[in-house]
Amino acid sequence: MKTDDLIAMLASGATAVDPHAARKRFQTALLFGGVGAMALMMWGFGLRHDLAQAAALPMFWVKLTFPLAIALPAVLLTSRLSHPGSSSGRLWMLLPLPWVVIAAMAMAVLANATPTERMPLVFGKTWASCAFSIAYIASPVLIGMLWAVKGLAPTRPAVAGACAGLASAATGAAVYALHCPEMDAPFLAIWYALGMLIPTAAGAVVGMKFLRW
Amino acid sequence: MERNNTEGDGLLRLQAGEDRLRALLLQGLDGNTKAYQECLQGMGAHLRAFFKRRLASLPDEVEDLVQETLLALHNQRHTYQRDQPLTAWVHAIARYKLIDLFRARGRRDSLNDPLDDDLQVFASSDHDASDARRDLGRLLEQLPDHQRVPIVRMKLEGLSVIETAQVTGMSESAVKVGVHRGLKALAALIGVKA
Repeated sequence: MKTDDLIAMLASGATAVDPHAARKRFQTALLFGGVGAMALMMWGFGLRHDLAQAAALPMFWVKLTFPLAIALPAVLLTSRLSHPGSSSGRLWMLLPLPWVVIAAMAMAVLANATPTERMPLVFGKTWASCAFSIAYIASPVLIGMLWAVKGLAPTRPAVAGACAGLASAATGAAVYALHCPEMDAPFLAIWYALGMLIPTAAGAVVGMKFLRW
Repeated sequence: MERNNTEGDGLLRLQAGEDRLRALLLQGLDGNTKAYQECLQGMGAHLRAFFKRRLASLPDEVEDLVQETLLALHNQRHTYQRDQPLTAWVHAIARYKLIDLFRARGRRDSLNDPLDDDLQVFASSDHDASDARRDLGRLLEQLPDHQRVPIVRMKLEGLSVIETAQVTGMSESAVKVGVHRGLKALAALIGVKA
Protein backbone atom coordinates (compact mmCIF):
# COMPACT_ATOMS: atom_id res chain seq x y z
CA MET A 1 0.00 0.00 0.00
CA LYS A 2 1.37 3.42 -0.91
CA THR A 3 1.55 6.04 1.80
CA ASP A 4 -0.94 8.30 0.01
CA ASP A 5 -3.40 5.40 -0.20
CA LEU A 6 -2.92 4.71 3.49
CA ILE A 7 -3.62 8.36 4.27
CA ALA A 8 -6.75 8.32 2.10
CA MET A 9 -7.85 5.16 3.84
CA LEU A 10 -7.30 6.57 7.33
CA ALA A 11 -9.06 9.83 6.52
CA SER A 12 -12.09 8.41 4.74
CA GLY A 13 -15.02 8.19 7.08
CA ALA A 14 -12.95 9.38 10.03
CA THR A 15 -15.56 10.41 12.55
CA ALA A 16 -15.40 13.27 15.06
CA VAL A 17 -13.44 12.60 18.24
CA ASP A 18 -14.81 13.32 21.70
CA PRO A 19 -12.39 15.85 23.24
CA HIS A 20 -13.18 14.53 26.72
CA ALA A 21 -12.66 10.86 25.88
CA ALA A 22 -9.57 10.49 28.09
CA ARG A 23 -11.11 12.19 31.11
CA LYS A 24 -14.24 10.02 30.83
CA ARG A 25 -12.08 6.92 30.64
CA PHE A 26 -10.30 7.74 33.89
CA GLN A 27 -13.60 8.64 35.54
CA THR A 28 -15.07 5.28 34.53
CA ALA A 29 -11.95 3.48 35.76
CA LEU A 30 -12.02 5.22 39.13
CA LEU A 31 -15.77 4.77 39.54
CA PHE A 32 -15.76 1.03 38.85
CA GLY A 33 -12.41 0.50 40.57
CA GLY A 34 -13.55 2.47 43.62
CA VAL A 35 -16.84 0.57 43.88
CA GLY A 36 -14.92 -2.70 43.46
CA ALA A 37 -12.44 -1.73 46.18
CA MET A 38 -15.29 -0.77 48.54
CA ALA A 39 -16.97 -4.11 47.84
CA LEU A 40 -13.77 -6.08 48.57
CA MET A 41 -13.25 -4.10 51.78
CA MET A 42 -16.85 -4.51 52.99
CA TRP A 43 -17.07 -8.23 52.23
CA GLY A 44 -13.55 -9.29 53.10
CA PHE A 45 -12.85 -7.00 56.06
CA GLY A 46 -15.83 -4.86 57.09
CA LEU A 47 -15.89 -1.27 58.33
CA ARG A 48 -14.12 -0.78 61.61
CA HIS A 49 -16.61 -1.19 64.45
CA ASP A 50 -15.74 2.08 66.13
CA LEU A 51 -15.90 4.13 62.90
CA ALA A 52 -18.18 6.78 64.43
CA GLN A 53 -15.86 7.38 67.41
CA ALA A 54 -12.74 7.16 65.26
CA ALA A 55 -14.12 9.82 62.92
CA ALA A 56 -13.95 12.26 65.82
CA LEU A 57 -10.17 11.83 66.06
CA PRO A 58 -7.87 13.96 63.88
CA MET A 59 -5.61 10.96 63.24
CA PHE A 60 -8.44 9.17 61.44
CA TRP A 61 -8.60 12.01 58.92
CA VAL A 62 -4.83 12.15 58.64
CA LYS A 63 -4.91 8.45 57.80
CA LEU A 64 -7.50 9.07 55.10
CA THR A 65 -5.90 12.23 53.70
CA PHE A 66 -2.44 10.68 53.45
CA PRO A 67 -3.30 8.19 50.68
CA LEU A 68 -5.80 10.50 48.99
CA ALA A 69 -3.13 13.22 48.76
CA ILE A 70 -1.04 10.71 46.81
CA ALA A 71 -3.92 9.39 44.71
CA LEU A 72 -4.90 12.77 43.30
CA PRO A 73 -1.55 13.80 41.77
CA ALA A 74 -0.91 10.17 40.77
CA VAL A 75 -4.12 10.05 38.70
CA LEU A 76 -3.28 13.40 37.07
CA LEU A 77 0.26 12.24 36.35
CA THR A 78 -0.98 8.94 34.90
CA SER A 79 -3.20 10.91 32.56
CA ARG A 80 -0.31 13.12 31.44
CA LEU A 81 1.94 10.08 30.95
CA SER A 82 -0.78 8.62 28.72
CA HIS A 83 -0.84 11.64 26.41
CA PRO A 84 2.16 11.81 24.06
CA GLY A 85 4.15 15.02 24.38
CA SER A 86 2.35 16.15 27.53
CA SER A 87 4.91 17.30 30.08
CA SER A 88 4.59 15.89 33.55
CA GLY A 89 6.11 19.08 34.94
CA ARG A 90 6.38 19.37 38.67
CA LEU A 91 3.61 16.90 39.52
CA TRP A 92 6.29 14.32 40.28
CA MET A 93 7.37 16.24 43.31
CA LEU A 94 3.93 16.06 44.90
CA LEU A 95 3.92 12.26 45.02
CA PRO A 96 6.35 11.67 47.93
CA LEU A 97 5.23 14.76 49.86
CA PRO A 98 2.36 13.15 51.83
CA TRP A 99 4.65 10.30 52.83
CA VAL A 100 7.36 12.74 53.95
CA VAL A 101 4.81 14.47 56.20
CA ILE A 102 3.69 11.14 57.71
CA ALA A 103 7.30 10.01 58.14
CA ALA A 104 8.11 13.26 59.95
CA MET A 105 5.10 12.73 62.22
CA ALA A 106 6.29 9.16 62.82
CA MET A 107 9.75 10.35 63.85
CA ALA A 108 8.24 12.85 66.28
CA VAL A 109 5.95 10.20 67.79
CA LEU A 110 8.81 7.71 68.18
CA ALA A 111 11.12 10.35 69.66
CA ASN A 112 8.57 11.15 72.34
CA ALA A 113 7.80 7.51 73.16
CA THR A 114 9.53 5.39 75.77
CA PRO A 115 11.58 2.47 74.41
CA THR A 116 8.90 -0.07 75.40
CA GLU A 117 6.19 1.89 73.59
CA ARG A 118 8.08 2.01 70.32
CA MET A 119 7.58 -1.54 69.11
CA PRO A 120 3.76 -1.41 69.29
CA LEU A 121 3.77 2.01 67.57
CA VAL A 122 5.65 0.54 64.63
CA PHE A 123 4.05 -2.89 64.37
CA GLY A 124 0.57 -2.29 65.75
CA LYS A 125 -1.56 -5.42 65.69
CA THR A 126 -1.89 -5.91 61.93
CA TRP A 127 1.54 -5.21 60.44
CA ALA A 128 1.83 -8.69 58.91
CA SER A 129 -1.31 -8.38 56.79
CA CYS A 130 -1.62 -4.62 56.20
CA ALA A 131 0.45 -4.31 53.02
CA PHE A 132 -1.18 -7.32 51.38
CA SER A 133 -4.67 -6.17 52.33
CA ILE A 134 -4.04 -2.79 50.72
CA ALA A 135 -2.71 -4.42 47.55
CA TYR A 136 -5.72 -6.76 47.45
CA ILE A 137 -8.27 -3.97 47.90
CA ALA A 138 -6.45 -1.85 45.28
CA SER A 139 -6.68 -4.57 42.62
CA PRO A 140 -10.01 -3.51 41.02
CA VAL A 141 -8.73 0.07 40.80
CA LEU A 142 -5.49 -1.19 39.25
CA ILE A 143 -7.38 -3.11 36.60
CA GLY A 144 -9.51 -0.03 35.86
CA MET A 145 -6.55 2.34 35.68
CA LEU A 146 -4.55 0.03 33.41
CA TRP A 147 -7.60 -0.29 31.16
CA ALA A 148 -7.84 3.52 31.01
CA VAL A 149 -4.16 3.90 30.11
CA LYS A 150 -4.39 1.07 27.58
CA GLY A 151 -6.91 3.12 25.61
CA LEU A 152 -4.47 6.03 25.42
CA ALA A 153 -0.86 6.24 24.27
CA PRO A 154 1.82 6.12 26.99
CA THR A 155 5.27 6.66 25.44
CA ARG A 156 6.88 5.24 28.60
CA PRO A 157 4.67 2.21 29.28
CA ALA A 158 6.46 0.98 32.40
CA VAL A 159 6.45 4.41 34.03
CA ALA A 160 2.81 4.97 33.13
CA GLY A 161 1.97 1.52 34.51
CA ALA A 162 3.81 2.26 37.75
CA CYS A 163 2.02 5.57 38.12
CA ALA A 164 -1.35 3.92 37.44
CA GLY A 165 -0.36 1.35 40.07
CA LEU A 166 0.48 4.03 42.62
CA ALA A 167 -2.82 5.84 41.95
CA SER A 168 -4.70 2.55 42.47
CA ALA A 169 -2.69 1.65 45.54
CA ALA A 170 -3.33 5.02 47.17
CA THR A 171 -7.05 4.77 46.41
CA GLY A 172 -7.05 1.22 47.82
CA ALA A 173 -5.22 2.41 50.96
CA ALA A 174 -7.84 5.11 51.53
CA VAL A 175 -10.60 2.49 51.28
CA TYR A 176 -8.69 0.11 53.56
CA ALA A 177 -8.36 2.92 56.11
CA LEU A 178 -12.12 2.60 56.71
CA HIS A 179 -11.45 -0.89 58.08
CA CYS A 180 -7.96 -0.62 59.55
CA PRO A 181 -7.86 -0.01 63.32
CA GLU A 182 -4.26 1.27 63.42
CA MET A 183 -3.94 4.95 64.32
CA ASP A 184 -0.23 5.61 64.74
CA ALA A 185 1.95 7.52 62.30
CA PRO A 186 4.92 5.09 62.52
CA PHE A 187 2.65 2.23 61.44
CA LEU A 188 1.27 4.23 58.50
CA ALA A 189 4.68 5.45 57.40
CA ILE A 190 5.96 1.89 57.06
CA TRP A 191 3.14 -0.52 56.32
CA TYR A 192 0.84 1.72 54.30
CA ALA A 193 3.81 2.81 52.22
CA LEU A 194 4.83 -0.82 51.64
CA GLY A 195 1.25 -1.68 50.74
CA MET A 196 1.24 1.09 48.14
CA LEU A 197 4.51 -0.08 46.62
CA ILE A 198 3.11 -3.53 45.72
CA PRO A 199 0.54 -2.35 43.12
CA THR A 200 3.07 0.25 41.92
CA ALA A 201 5.56 -2.48 41.11
CA ALA A 202 2.81 -4.66 39.62
CA GLY A 203 1.71 -1.74 37.43
CA ALA A 204 5.26 -1.22 36.16
CA VAL A 205 5.69 -4.89 35.26
CA VAL A 206 2.28 -5.18 33.57
CA GLY A 207 2.77 -1.81 31.88
CA MET A 208 6.05 -2.85 30.30
CA LYS A 209 4.29 -5.66 28.43
CA PHE A 210 0.65 -4.74 28.20
CA LEU A 211 0.68 -0.97 27.65
CA ARG A 212 2.77 -0.95 24.47
CA TRP A 213 1.06 0.25 21.30
CA MET B 1 23.36 39.10 12.61
CA GLU B 2 22.60 37.35 9.37
CA ARG B 3 22.66 34.03 11.22
CA ASN B 4 20.06 35.30 13.67
CA ASN B 5 17.84 36.23 10.78
CA THR B 6 18.06 32.76 9.28
CA GLU B 7 17.27 31.20 12.61
CA GLY B 8 14.38 33.59 13.02
CA ASP B 9 13.09 32.65 9.58
CA GLY B 10 13.44 28.99 10.44
CA LEU B 11 11.43 29.42 13.60
CA LEU B 12 8.77 31.38 11.73
CA ARG B 13 8.54 28.60 9.19
CA LEU B 14 8.21 26.02 11.96
CA GLN B 15 5.49 28.07 13.59
CA ALA B 16 3.67 28.41 10.28
CA GLY B 17 3.79 24.63 9.77
CA GLU B 18 2.55 24.09 13.29
CA ASP B 19 -0.30 26.55 12.90
CA ARG B 20 -1.45 25.20 9.54
CA LEU B 21 -1.35 21.51 10.50
CA ARG B 22 -2.89 22.17 13.89
CA ALA B 23 -5.81 24.06 12.31
CA LEU B 24 -6.31 21.16 9.88
CA LEU B 25 -6.12 18.56 12.64
CA LEU B 26 -8.64 20.41 14.81
CA GLN B 27 -11.07 20.41 11.89
CA GLY B 28 -10.29 16.75 11.31
CA LEU B 29 -11.00 15.89 14.93
CA ASP B 30 -14.40 17.52 14.48
CA GLY B 31 -15.13 15.18 11.58
CA ASN B 32 -13.86 17.13 8.53
CA THR B 33 -12.27 14.28 6.56
CA LYS B 34 -10.87 16.51 3.81
CA ALA B 35 -8.95 18.69 6.28
CA TYR B 36 -7.88 15.57 8.13
CA GLN B 37 -6.48 13.99 4.97
CA GLU B 38 -4.53 17.16 4.17
CA CYS B 39 -3.21 17.19 7.74
CA LEU B 40 -2.03 13.57 7.52
CA GLN B 41 -0.33 14.36 4.22
CA GLY B 42 1.53 17.30 5.76
CA MET B 43 2.51 15.25 8.78
CA GLY B 44 3.61 12.38 6.54
CA ALA B 45 5.99 14.67 4.66
CA HIS B 46 7.47 16.00 7.90
CA LEU B 47 7.80 12.49 9.32
CA ARG B 48 9.56 11.31 6.17
CA ALA B 49 12.17 14.05 6.42
CA PHE B 50 12.49 13.49 10.17
CA PHE B 51 13.05 9.73 9.83
CA LYS B 52 15.31 10.01 6.76
CA ARG B 53 17.72 12.11 8.77
CA ARG B 54 17.74 9.62 11.64
CA LEU B 55 17.76 6.42 9.62
CA ALA B 56 20.60 7.34 7.28
CA SER B 57 21.97 3.82 7.61
CA LEU B 58 18.56 2.16 7.21
CA PRO B 59 16.96 3.99 4.25
CA ASP B 60 14.71 1.02 3.49
CA GLU B 61 12.97 1.42 6.82
CA VAL B 62 11.91 5.03 6.31
CA GLU B 63 8.66 4.59 4.42
CA ASP B 64 7.53 1.68 6.61
CA LEU B 65 8.11 3.80 9.66
CA VAL B 66 6.26 6.76 8.12
CA GLN B 67 3.26 4.51 7.50
CA GLU B 68 3.43 2.93 10.93
CA THR B 69 3.62 6.36 12.58
CA LEU B 70 0.73 7.73 10.50
CA LEU B 71 -1.36 4.75 11.57
CA ALA B 72 -0.39 5.42 15.21
CA LEU B 73 -1.21 9.14 14.88
CA HIS B 74 -4.61 8.17 13.54
CA ASN B 75 -5.30 5.47 16.12
CA GLN B 76 -4.22 7.74 18.96
CA ARG B 77 -5.71 11.00 17.69
CA HIS B 78 -7.98 11.15 20.73
CA THR B 79 -4.83 11.64 22.86
CA TYR B 80 -4.08 15.00 21.21
CA GLN B 81 -5.05 17.69 23.69
CA ARG B 82 -6.45 20.62 21.79
CA ASP B 83 -4.51 23.28 23.67
CA GLN B 84 -1.20 21.42 23.25
CA PRO B 85 1.48 22.28 20.65
CA LEU B 86 1.04 19.81 17.80
CA THR B 87 4.81 19.44 17.36
CA ALA B 88 5.15 18.06 20.90
CA TRP B 89 2.48 15.43 20.29
CA VAL B 90 3.69 14.36 16.85
CA HIS B 91 7.30 14.30 17.96
CA ALA B 92 6.53 12.16 21.01
CA ILE B 93 4.74 9.57 18.86
CA ALA B 94 7.39 9.62 16.11
CA ARG B 95 10.11 9.22 18.72
CA TYR B 96 8.28 6.32 20.36
CA LYS B 97 7.96 4.50 17.02
CA LEU B 98 11.59 5.23 16.12
CA ILE B 99 12.85 3.88 19.45
CA ASP B 100 10.63 0.83 18.95
CA LEU B 101 12.32 0.19 15.63
CA PHE B 102 15.79 0.61 17.11
CA ARG B 103 14.86 -1.74 19.91
CA ALA B 104 13.52 -4.35 17.51
CA ARG B 105 16.78 -4.19 15.59
CA GLY B 106 18.84 -4.31 18.77
CA ARG B 107 20.56 -1.04 18.06
CA ARG B 108 20.88 0.57 21.42
CA ASP B 109 23.65 2.90 20.26
CA SER B 110 21.20 4.76 18.06
CA LEU B 111 19.20 5.76 21.11
CA ASN B 112 21.96 8.17 21.97
CA ASP B 113 20.93 10.25 18.99
CA PRO B 114 19.67 13.58 20.23
CA LEU B 115 15.94 13.16 19.74
CA ASP B 116 14.86 15.60 22.34
CA ASP B 117 14.22 18.75 20.40
CA ASP B 118 10.57 18.33 19.54
CA LEU B 119 10.58 21.32 17.16
CA GLN B 120 12.71 19.21 14.85
CA VAL B 121 9.81 17.19 13.63
CA PHE B 122 8.38 20.06 11.57
CA ALA B 123 11.78 21.45 10.56
CA SER B 124 11.61 20.06 7.06
CA SER B 125 9.33 18.06 4.87
CA ASP B 126 9.83 15.51 2.13
CA HIS B 127 7.11 14.55 -0.32
CA ASP B 128 9.24 12.05 -2.16
CA ALA B 129 7.70 8.82 -0.92
CA SER B 130 9.57 5.68 -1.77
CA ASP B 131 7.74 2.37 -1.78
CA ALA B 132 7.07 0.79 1.57
CA ARG B 133 8.57 -2.65 1.92
CA ARG B 134 5.80 -3.89 4.11
CA ASP B 135 2.44 -4.12 2.38
CA LEU B 136 -0.25 -2.91 4.75
CA GLY B 137 -2.86 -4.12 2.27
CA ARG B 138 -1.63 -7.65 2.77
CA LEU B 139 -1.59 -7.27 6.57
CA LEU B 140 -5.14 -5.98 6.34
CA GLU B 141 -6.20 -9.29 4.80
CA GLN B 142 -5.14 -11.07 7.96
CA LEU B 143 -7.72 -9.26 10.08
CA PRO B 144 -10.89 -11.14 11.04
CA ASP B 145 -13.96 -10.47 8.86
CA HIS B 146 -15.80 -8.28 11.36
CA GLN B 147 -12.86 -5.85 11.26
CA ARG B 148 -11.60 -6.28 7.72
CA VAL B 149 -14.96 -5.99 5.96
CA PRO B 150 -16.00 -2.62 7.45
CA ILE B 151 -12.49 -1.24 6.82
CA VAL B 152 -12.57 -2.30 3.19
CA ARG B 153 -16.10 -0.99 2.62
CA MET B 154 -15.71 2.29 4.46
CA LYS B 155 -12.09 3.15 4.08
CA LEU B 156 -11.24 1.68 0.69
CA GLU B 157 -14.56 1.79 -1.14
CA GLY B 158 -15.58 5.04 0.52
CA LEU B 159 -19.02 3.99 1.76
CA SER B 160 -20.53 5.80 4.74
CA VAL B 161 -21.16 4.12 8.07
CA ILE B 162 -24.86 3.72 7.24
CA GLU B 163 -24.16 2.31 3.76
CA THR B 164 -21.58 -0.10 5.15
CA ALA B 165 -24.06 -1.25 7.75
CA GLN B 166 -26.70 -1.85 5.06
CA VAL B 167 -24.35 -3.70 2.71
CA THR B 168 -22.81 -5.92 5.38
CA GLY B 169 -25.84 -6.43 7.60
CA MET B 170 -23.78 -5.24 10.57
CA SER B 171 -25.15 -2.65 12.98
CA GLU B 172 -23.81 0.89 12.65
CA SER B 173 -22.01 0.68 15.97
CA ALA B 174 -20.49 -2.68 14.99
CA VAL B 175 -19.16 -1.03 11.82
CA LYS B 176 -17.57 1.81 13.80
CA VAL B 177 -16.14 -0.53 16.41
CA GLY B 178 -14.87 -2.88 13.69
CA VAL B 179 -13.01 -0.08 11.90
CA HIS B 180 -11.59 1.29 15.13
CA ARG B 181 -10.44 -2.06 16.49
CA GLY B 182 -9.29 -3.23 13.07
CA LEU B 183 -6.93 -0.29 12.62
CA LYS B 184 -5.55 -0.91 16.11
CA ALA B 185 -5.11 -4.59 15.28
CA LEU B 186 -3.33 -3.56 12.07
CA ALA B 187 -0.89 -1.49 14.14
CA ALA B 188 -0.37 -4.46 16.44
CA LEU B 189 0.29 -6.76 13.45
CA ILE B 190 3.03 -4.39 12.34
CA GLY B 191 4.60 -4.72 15.78
CA VAL B 192 4.61 -8.51 15.44
CA LYS B 193 6.15 -8.46 11.98
CA ALA B 194 8.80 -5.86 12.81
